[in-house]
Amino acid sequence: MPPRDLVVAPPPKSFQEIILRLQNFWAAQGCLILQPYDMEVGAGTSHPATTLRSLGPDRVWNVAYVQPSRRPKDGRYGENPNRLQHYYQFQVLMKPAPADSQDLYLRSLYALGIDPALHDIRFVEDDWENPTLGAWGLGWEVWCDGMEVTQYTYFQQVGGIECDPVPVELTYGLERLAMYLLDVKSVYDLPFNDPQTPGAKRYGDVFLRAEREYSAYNFEHADAAILLQHFKDAEQECKALLERRLALPAYDQALKAGHTFNLLDARGVISVVERAAYIGRVRDLARACCRLWLDAA
Amino acid sequence: MAEFLLELFSEEIPARMQARAAEDLKTLVTGALKAAGLAFDRAEAFVTPRRLALVVDGLPAVRPDVVEERKGPKVDAPQQAIDGFLKATGLTLEQCEQRDTPKGKIWFANLIIPGGPTADLLPEVIRKAILGLPWPKSMRAAEEVVRWVRPLHHVLALFDGKLVPFRYDLHRPDIDGSGEGAKAAVDSTVGHRFLAPGRISVAGFADYRAKLRDAYVVLDREERKALIKAQVEQQAKAAGLALRDDPGLLEEVAGLVEWPVVHLGRIDDAFMEVPEEVLVTSMRTHQRYFALEGADGTLAPRFAVVANTETKDGGATVIAGNERVLRARLSDAKFFWDQDRKTPLESRVKDLEPIIFHARLGSVAQKVERMAALSAWLAPKLGADPALADRAARLAKADLTSGMVGEFPELQGLMGRYYALAQGEPPAVAEAIADHYKPVGPSDRCPTAPVSIAVALADKLDTLAGFFAIDEKPTGSRDPYALRRAALGVIRLITENKLSLSLRAAFGAAWDAYRVDGLRDRTVVVEELLSFIADRLKVAMREKGVRHDLIDAVFAVGGEDDLLRLLGRVDALAAFLGSEDGANLLTAYRRAGNIVRIEGKKDGVEAFGEVDPARFAMAQERALFERLEADAQPLRAALAAGDFAGAMTTLAGWRKDVDAFFDAVLVNDPDLALRRNRLALLEDLARSMDAVADFSRVEG
Repeated sequence: MPPRDLVVAPPPKSFQEIILRLQNFWAAQGCLILQPYDMEVGAGTSHPATTLRSLGPDRVWNVAYVQPSRRPKDGRYGENPNRLQHYYQFQVLMKPAPADSQDLYLRSLYALGIDPALHDIRFVEDDWENPTLGAWGLGWEVWCDGMEVTQYTYFQQVGGIECDPVPVELTYGLERLAMYLLDVKSVYDLPFNDPQTPGAKRYGDVFLRAEREYSAYNFEHADAAILLQHFKDAEQECKALLERRLALPAYDQALKAGHTFNLLDARGVISVVERAAYIGRVRDLARACCRLWLDAA
Repeated sequence: MAEFLLELFSEEIPARMQARAAEDLKTLVTGALKAAGLAFDRAEAFVTPRRLALVVDGLPAVRPDVVEERKGPKVDAPQQAIDGFLKATGLTLEQCEQRDTPKGKIWFANLIIPGGPTADLLPEVIRKAILGLPWPKSMRAAEEVVRWVRPLHHVLALFDGKLVPFRYDLHRPDIDGSGEGAKAAVDSTVGHRFLAPGRISVAGFADYRAKLRDAYVVLDREERKALIKAQVEQQAKAAGLALRDDPGLLEEVAGLVEWPVVHLGRIDDAFMEVPEEVLVTSMRTHQRYFALEGADGTLAPRFAVVANTETKDGGATVIAGNERVLRARLSDAKFFWDQDRKTPLESRVKDLEPIIFHARLGSVAQKVERMAALSAWLAPKLGADPALADRAARLAKADLTSGMVGEFPELQGLMGRYYALAQGEPPAVAEAIADHYKPVGPSDRCPTAPVSIAVALADKLDTLAGFFAIDEKPTGSRDPYALRRAALGVIRLITENKLSLSLRAAFGAAWDAYRVDGLRDRTVVVEELLSFIADRLKVAMREKGVRHDLIDAVFAVGGEDDLLRLLGRVDALAAFLGSEDGANLLTAYRRAGNIVRIEGKKDGVEAFGEVDPARFAMAQERALFERLEADAQPLRAALAAGDFAGAMTTLAGWRKDVDAFFDAVLVNDPDLALRRNRLALLEDLARSMDAVADFSRVEG
């Protein structure tokens, strides 16, 4: 049985309580609590607080934040209880990776009410790669009773550049985790705040309409010609800003190009052959931004 | 005699790497021990997700002095050379000795490498093991520079019950442990991550193993496998079910747990209408669950999950959680199953156009066109209906664009069959779609239905012809397009189904089907493919225990492109050589060959030319000659008709005359003209036999 000094919190009551507990936990570990990046990105990794800061200039960088993640292709018009085109990740980056990062991480699960005396928690090999960022690392999927609750990665390269020191990145899929902890079958039934609160809202009250409308936009109404122009503009602007040695604004344009590509992909206007070429173009931008971020520091 | 115990404790090692890592550790450490002059009785390696362990038994506590002999220069060598030798050995000339050798007097030195406590030698052994372990994928951690599979947390090292004074520093490429960032080896470990996380002090291997057991860690991987299997079988039995054996999954799961605890969960009835291969694949690849089956062998609506911990509710939460995850997974699978069937396979064929088969060989859609043409060409030769073969080939790859195969690539072909049946295709077409990738190795099932054989052959012939035509042939261990496997598939399809097929014509037809530019010459490609197939046939037959010398003997005759006939010859040859007549004739063949070779050398000639019947002096030479003459035509006819048994019977009939010839006739007659004619006759005999098989290649 687990050691007696183990503190497992009572179960959370709502989606937002899970976020608050994670923020409090990681703040107590000395992480900066940043806010979401104000651009459309596919994952918390794309936030400059992870991508750029995992490379430098600080040798020590500990940060945690929520990041809305947009995956246009994953939209299901609000009809699939497990899939969303807009969802939340809770992202932690610690550089250098602490020697006891696994223990720290497990304590964050205890803080969410996951009791290892009841659950089967395992670290299962999963090597992570993000081709549009030119990033990869080794680590695991963390399983709780067979469900992936976190992607756990020791970054080795970002933007094609070796990470030194090596950071550890923890990415919690918040909706999935919440559905498990709060025992609901559909994401739209998740209590967003405490259900006892007068006027309490569920996840669907907040996001169902958005899922429907954005699915229609992503798959049917996005104007391919305009998006293609946006892609070109972002690429061109990114390159121009790189010339002016403005790494952060250039990186924003690289993110914009990346998201525009995702929209085009969801719209079905990119062929298999072109797909690889578009990913390559975004990666080239991201790499150049990462290099400039270090060079111009 | 003393024991050495080593444990390398890290964060979770990928399951697929564990067994190999344990073996590598053992090889590295025992190798380093031997190199250090340390003998031992036994070494055994263990691995769990978090630890690599090794015990070496029967090491000496003190290593004895080792005497190493060094050979120096000649005694009369220049002084410079002798000085160099003395400098290298650190000895004086008085300490060396002169020895007589076939090359003259030479200086020898006996170097004494002093022994010492074994414990002092172990740090270097451990250092080499840590640096030398070849992980398939490795990483740097935090500010370290040495790559390891995952962060390495401690090194436990005990010799004779005492801590080994090993220090290491992963921040330095040579892990030299003299600096500030260094860590020391420890004499304690930790147990199960959740069930016994405290530190445990260890006195030796037996103590280590027993204490780990008390701390919820089963050290031995084989034991974990046995425990898992027994638990699954027992619980399945209690539910009236049986485990569907899955050795590969068992291997993996044993690498995901230190303390295996098996639970059975339920699959919702709503999913049981989805093909069982889909359910099993989803459970297996995504969730690592074992499938269970009922008495009739059909999939049961239950699964077995192997947890890594005991829980205080007896697993209720773990089971509920796993059932929930599976429900979400299978909802996806059911969605694909329902969706995919709404699109006819035929209309998916055009979606193969953007899928590249190979940049120089076009799209998968084009491959399908060629396969259809080739299948229809093959069909009449195999007794298959050409229309069905054409249809099956056209639909064979269509499932590649289905949602299900996108999610589970390993179900390619199989899903095609389900979708074909669902849209009312003939069963022969559906089976051919499912089986056209087969056989995918020496032990995979080989298709037997004519339409399936036609499409399976067409797929492989097309692949082989295409890649050879653009000169992408396998070299050494590189075979990125799995052409050896394709060749083996062709061989198995033909031989196991006893098909009579001209491979030359088949490869030619495959080459002709390509409509792309820049292919290499048709004849060159076809001949290369025939010799590639011949090589693979030899390998395949050798593995089946067929004598490779007999295969060589038959192949050496050349010209045959029908595998069935080739192997028929090998069989007939083996039977012939196994008979008394055959063995005897082989002896005579060799005798004849030896005489001709030796005499030919004496005379300085390659061959003795034509036999001249006018020069026969004895009845036995004439009888043998006439026998060879009389049988020449029937022998040719038998070979042309593929009647090798008949050809061998003819050869067997020569024995009497051959024996009589050797008994009575002196080949090396003093009359040179007689001698030459007799040697020519022996040449004739060997040549006649070689037309059936090259007997000079037969061994033993």
